[in-house]
Amino acid sequence: MSASAPASPVVERQQMSVDIAGVGFGPAMGGFLNTLARNLLNEDGTPRLVSSVSPGMPLQVICYERADGLGFGVSGAVTRARGIRASFSGVDLAQIPMAVPVATERLVYLLDPVGASRRSLAFRIKDRLLRALGPIVRLRDHAVELPFTPPFLRKHDGMILSLGQFNQWVSEQITSSGVVQIWPGMPVSDPLIEADAVTGIRLSDQGVALDGAPGDGFMPGMDVRAALTVVADGPVGAVGRQIDSHFGLPEGHHQREWALGMKMVVELREDSGLQPGTVLHTIGFPEPEIFGFLYVHPDRLASVGIFIPSWLRSPVRTAYRYLQHFMLHPYIWRYLQGGTLKSWGAKSLQESGRHGEPFLAGNGYARIGEGSGSTNVLTGSGVDEAWTTGTQLAEAVIELLEQKKPFTKENLEQTYVRRRRASWVDKESKIAADSRNGFQHGVVRGLLGTALAGFTRGALSFPAPKSAQTSTSTMEALYGSRIPPAELKQLQQDCAAHGTALHDRIMDRCGWPQIPFDGQLLISHQDALLMGGSVQAPPAYANHVVFTRPQLCQNCEPKLCIEMCSGQAITRGENGVPAFDREKCVYCGACLWNCNAANEKEGNINFRAGAGGLHSALN
Amino acid sequence: MSNAYHIVVCAGVVPDPLQTLEPITPATVPALKNEMMLPAVLDPWAAHALYEAANLAAHAAGSKVWLVSAAPKAKLQQVMMNVAQKASFELVPIDSPASGFADAHAVAALLATVIQSIPALDRSRLLLFGGWESASRGAGVTMQLVAEQLGVVDQFQGVDQLTVQPDGSFEILERIEGGRHLVSTCQGPPALLGWATGNLPEPRNNPQIGMANMRTIMPALQRAKAGPLPQDAIRYLSVTPPKQQRQTRIVKDRSPDEIAAELLEWIVQD
Repeated sequence: MSASAPASPVVERQQMSVDIAGVGFGPAMGGFLNTLARNLLNEDGTPRLVSSVSPGMPLQVICYERADGLGFGVSGAVTRARGIRASFSGVDLAQIPMAVPVATERLVYLLDPVGASRRSLAFRIKDRLLRALGPIVRLRDHAVELPFTPPFLRKHDGMILSLGQFNQWVSEQITSSGVVQIWPGMPVSDPLIEADAVTGIRLSDQGVALDGAPGDGFMPGMDVRAALTVVADGPVGAVGRQIDSHFGLPEGHHQREWALGMKMVVELREDSGLQPGTVLHTIGFPEPEIFGFLYVHPDRLASVGIFIPSWLRSPVRTAYRYLQHFMLHPYIWRYLQGGTLKSWGAKSLQESGRHGEPFLAGNGYARIGEGSGSTNVLTGSGVDEAWTTGTQLAEAVIELLEQKKPFTKENLEQTYVRRRRASWVDKESKIAADSRNGFQHGVVRGLLGTALAGFTRGALSFPAPKSAQTSTSTMEALYGSRIPPAELKQLQQDCAAHGTALHDRIMDRCGWPQIPFDGQLLISHQDALLMGGSVQAPPAYANHVVFTRPQLCQNCEPKLCIEMCSGQAITRGENGVPAFDREKCVYCGACLWNCNAANEKEGNINFRAGAGGLHSALN
Repeated sequence: MSNAYHIVVCAGVVPDPLQTLEPITPATVPALKNEMMLPAVLDPWAAHALYEAANLAAHAAGSKVWLVSAAPKAKLQQVMMNVAQKASFELVPIDSPASGFADAHAVAALLATVIQSIPALDRSRLLLFGGWESASRGAGVTMQLVAEQLGVVDQFQGVDQLTVQPDGSFEILERIEGGRHLVSTCQGPPALLGWATGNLPEPRNNPQIGMANMRTIMPALQRAKAGPLPQDAIRYLSVTPPKQQRQTRIVKDRSPDEIAAELLEWIVQD
């Protein structure tokens, strides 16, 4: 996949020079700016690190975030918080709204209570065995609590966080220092690349039509020149992907493993029985490939969600309806029944881990956070790792500035990359590197592979898949045993003719029950957009999802970009080309990796930097 | 005669209107549940006043805009990240509760006291701007009370347009019943204008304006003085959120007329 630059007209742009320009505000940028801000001034208020663009002034550091607020991150975050705690030594992190130490942790295997889950023979045998053993294995509510949580998965010494509240709290700590500026609502469209060096960033044009053409009040995006550009715009960020496109990935690296995380924040009923600090990890339902979680915050709030991985090979995979079936599983529903939706959200996760790592540094730039491959796919942890990569870069930047060395690739590798390679982030990343190898051959093998790598601390693992392709199965291969081919074809034709999503029809036909909407927690997908935080699409910005070769879309069936769209922002348009409605886009980026052409050299979706998105700080 | 104006915009901070709000009634004053956790925005009515102020100041050399805002400092800091990119102003922050349940008289007294203490403010050039209404309180009296305490007697509410005449006087359009405007003239400052929506669109985010503003905003926030509001000025007997009803159906191929007719039928049922 690659992201080409928007077709901007040749215009004169405002120019600004700073010392360090940041792209994207999340845990990684939080770690970077928090560490840097504490070191910019001496105790007497004089600059410790002096600006090269504003002589006599402290280092000029500016960060741009595309979302309208700094607390609009989405993550069901349970983290050991080792790096975060190190940054806030002596601070009780429980003071952060919705934060609480982990108290109990359970891994739960969910059986299929409705008989619709697409389970392999091995799973069916296992389920029958568990049901037969019933009381012996403490089967209850179609679920078995595993007697222990594997050590590599444990977060027993960690924290449950709301990423939105955490980001908001961190941004307050940073901006109150007055030495660093963070600007939300300002997407960065492109990196400025000259002679194989990144020399800054270009902000998105404003006052343009949806196709990017200048309109009333056209304001060309400013060029911000910087000696160092810090890229932390996540796995689907436009700047990071353009840098990858320009510089390529290190030999043998790939970014083909993904997942979509979708969650709800629920206010639990008073007698739910769940205590703050409770962590539940689930496997087995609604499909064996789908992992689930439930984290309990203070004040009767809980984050509940699922991950839809790219190895769920269904060409009509979806997240929202599966999330509802997950919530309705008797083991989960006994806690959630009577609850109220407070927030909802979704995000893509780059699950290639170490194998997806881009070049961490180059001339004039450095990569931190999830987009730099920091997420640990074995421990299921990303926030603390991202934070720590940010702190490592800040320490490296301080070292280079104090030694008056430029931000060259070589210098950044000797300082930032060296620190990262020597840290727990990298050591644990190595252990996790091949832990997902089995999933390309089925869930059972995948789980075995994860256990093998986890329990041997990476010494043993399944071999990497030979093929780089991760395309989905055909409809016939996946559903042919349940739905006759002629009926399957008819369903596809009906949905194409009426412009409706195919996954609902397929799931209905496979026996998934209808969702009993209750108006407060079980609600329609569109209501989730309205009640779960609301989506904002500031006017005068261009569409950020563009189908680059419409003729390719015309012949593409089923259209996975539509099925997997978290906000139903992509629908069937004229002539079979998907239509994009930015007022529903939650910026999850699922369309990017669910495009059926995503494995080609040039994918068919250009996912640009966009303003707005989901407005909720509870996620 | 100089056309330079000293424009003071009073603007509160309110929870993002897109969020679901839930009033709670603890022992004393009602509040919004988890208000500090909700994302906040500049009160939308007052935000229009700020855009009008910036536009007016941009066309009158020597003019200056102050933004006086009473809210928890952390929330103000959060809101300024967005607002500061849109218009040039100097922030005068007051670290105080922003709840819409505060007594309007107490809020007005606090604002008036702070405005009187702004150095270099020429009261003869003063234009007091604010929202005609507020997203956090419907009483709509705060600005009027502030102006009275500052001795500003020319007051206009529901303003949609201010036009500076060649002689320096103002022509002001105020909203009245029936979608019409009352046209008034006044000789110029000092005056209070409680803005409705005005005619200006929300300005684009301008990084350079943001950078310039932030040089004064962060120091001002660091110096912000506490402005406590009395807790016992008003006794609330009960608090009820606005009635909300959601009935979702998925219907296709209906004409706009049919949809409108059904909506009308649904509305008049209540």
